[in-house]
Amino acid sequence: MLIAITFYLMAFTAIASAFMVVASRNPVHSVLFLILTFFSAAGLFILMGAEFIALLLVMVYVGAVAVLFLFVVMMLDVDFVELKQGFLQYIGIGATVALILLAEMIMVGAAYFMGETKTVVPADPNTSNLEAFGDVLYTQYAGAFEAAGLILLVALIGAVVLTLRERKGVRTQDAVKQMSRTREDGVELIDIEPGQGLR
Amino acid sequence: MSDLMTILPQLTFSVVWTDLSPWAWFGLKLVQAGLFAITLALLVAALVLADRKIWAAVQMRRGPNVVGAFGLLQTMADALKFFFKEIVIPAGSDKFLFILAPIIGLVMAFAAWAVVPVAPGWVISDINIGVLYVLALSSLGVYGIIIGGWASNSKYPFMGALRSAAQMVSYEVSIGFIILTVIFLSGSMNLTTIVDSQGAGIFNWNMFLLNPFGEYGWKIFLIAPIMFYMGVLFFISALAETNRPPFDLPEAESELVAGYQVEYSSTPFLMFFFAEYVNIMLLSAMMTILFLGGWHAPLDIGVQFIPPFFWFFAKTAFIFFMFAMVKAIVPRYRYDQLMRLGWKVFLPTALVAVALVSTFVVAANNFGWNA
Repeated sequence: MLIAITFYLMAFTAIASAFMVVASRNPVHSVLFLILTFFSAAGLFILMGAEFIALLLVMVYVGAVAVLFLFVVMMLDVDFVELKQGFLQYIGIGATVALILLAEMIMVGAAYFMGETKTVVPADPNTSNLEAFGDVLYTQYAGAFEAAGLILLVALIGAVVLTLRERKGVRTQDAVKQMSRTREDGVELIDIEPGQGLR
Repeated sequence: MSDLMTILPQLTFSVVWTDLSPWAWFGLKLVQAGLFAITLALLVAALVLADRKIWAAVQMRRGPNVVGAFGLLQTMADALKFFFKEIVIPAGSDKFLFILAPIIGLVMAFAAWAVVPVAPGWVISDINIGVLYVLALSSLGVYGIIIGGWASNSKYPFMGALRSAAQMVSYEVSIGFIILTVIFLSGSMNLTTIVDSQGAGIFNWNMFLLNPFGEYGWKIFLIAPIMFYMGVLFFISALAETNRPPFDLPEAESELVAGYQVEYSSTPFLMFFFAEYVNIMLLSAMMTILFLGGWHAPLDIGVQFIPPFFWFFAKTAFIFFMFAMVKAIVPRYRYDQLMRLGWKVFLPTALVAVALVSTFVVAANNFGWNA
C-alpha cells in the first residue's frame, strides 16, 4: 500500500516534470523541473531496491551536474522573443528526430513483449547493493570502468586546454610568494633626527 | 530528568520494526523523526546563543545578556520577532521560487539527520549507505541558496548565490575524498558500523590512530598522521561547506551586504538561518562520527557510567565550539584564495591520502597485518 502510493507519486512527478522541462518558458524553470525529474527517478530506484544507484544519481546529477547547468542557464541572458522567431524553421529537423526516437522506442517495446520473459534474480539476498557492485565493477568490468575514467580525464584536460589562455603582461598572484614574505621584506624602521627629514 | 531523557528514546528506538505492522512502523518512525526535529530545533536556539556568547567572550564583550537570565531567552525573542514581521516579497521576484527556496534549504538540512546515529541504536533509519545519503542531501542543500539568490531578481543575492554554489560544490569534492579514507578503514558506509569500528579508547578514533595493540598492530602508525591530517581537512572543509567564517563569502557583508539573504525577511529569513545552524550541527556530528569515535568514551574501562549519548553530544558540542572560535579568531578569506585552497591544496592532498590509505588496507589484507 505504502509502496504503491509512493510509486505512483514518484512516477507521476517524474513524467509530469519531464514534460514541464520542455513546456516551461523560462529556461531556469526548465532546469529546476529537470532536477525534480532526476529526484523522482532516484526515488523510483530506491523503490526497486537499488539505493546505491539512487544516491549516486542524486549526488552526481542533482548535486553537481545540475548545479552547473543552473549556473550556466542563470548567467546566460536569453532573449525569449529571439528564441521563438527561429522556432518554425527547425520544426522539420525536430519532427524527424522525434519520429526516429518514437520508432526506436516502439521497436524496443515490441521486442521486449514478444521475446521471452526474463526475470532478474538477485544473486544473494544478503549481499548489499554496494558489495554486489564492487564485485563486478573491479573484476568483470574493470577494463570498461577504467576506460570510462580515462575518457573523463581526457574531457577534463580538453576543457582546460580550450579555456586556458596565456596572457602576457598580467601580474598574477603567487600565494606561496605572498605568504613567505616576512616583516623585514616590507617594513623598514628608520630613526630620524628631529628637523632633518628622511634623505 | 536524566532518566526521562534516556528512557524516552530507548522506548522508541529499541523496538525492532519487523515486529510491527507497516502502519505502526510508519507511526513509530514519525515519532522518532519528531523527537529528532524537536531536539534539533531546541539545540539551534541554544547554539545560536552559544555562538554569540563565545564570539563576545573572545572580543571581551558580554554578548546578549538582557532577555532572560544571562540572555538565555535572547534567541527565543529573536525568533518571535522574525515570526511576527511582515513577509516582503520583491515585486520583480519569482514569487513561487522565492518562497520555495528557504523551505528546500530547511527540509534538506533536517532530512540528512535521518541516518545520523547519536547513540547505539538511536537512529531513525540505519541504512547501509548512510555516508552517501548524508553527502547527497548536503549537496541538495545548495539548491535552497542558489534558487533563493536567483528568485530574488537582484544583483547582490545573485552574486552571493553563485559564490555559494561554486564554493559548496568545490568543497564537497574534497569532503567526499576525505570520507573515502574513513570508509576504507571501517570497511563500511554504514554510520553505525563506522562508529563501532572506533571503539575502545581515544587511540582507536580515526583521528588519533595510535593504538599499537589494535587490529593492524604497530603498522597503524603508518597511516596515523594521514588520518589526523584528514580530520583537520574535514573540519576546514566543513567550515567552507556550511558557509561559516572564514569562508562566509556568500554573505560577506562588506562586499555583498548579506549575499543570498538580502531580499529575505521575516519567517523565510528565519528558515535560512535555521537551516544554516542545523547544517553546522550535522557537519559537527559527522566529524564526531567519522573521526572522533561517535558515542564511544575516550577511556575504555569496561563499564559505562556515562550514557553514550552524552559522549556524542559532548564531542559534537566541542566541534561546534571550535566552529565558533574560528569565527571569532580568523579573518575572512578572499574568494580566489578560497578556490585555490579547495582545488589546489585540499583536493590533491586528499586524493594522495585516499591512494595511501587504500594501499595500506589492501597491503594489510594481503600480508596478514590484521591477523
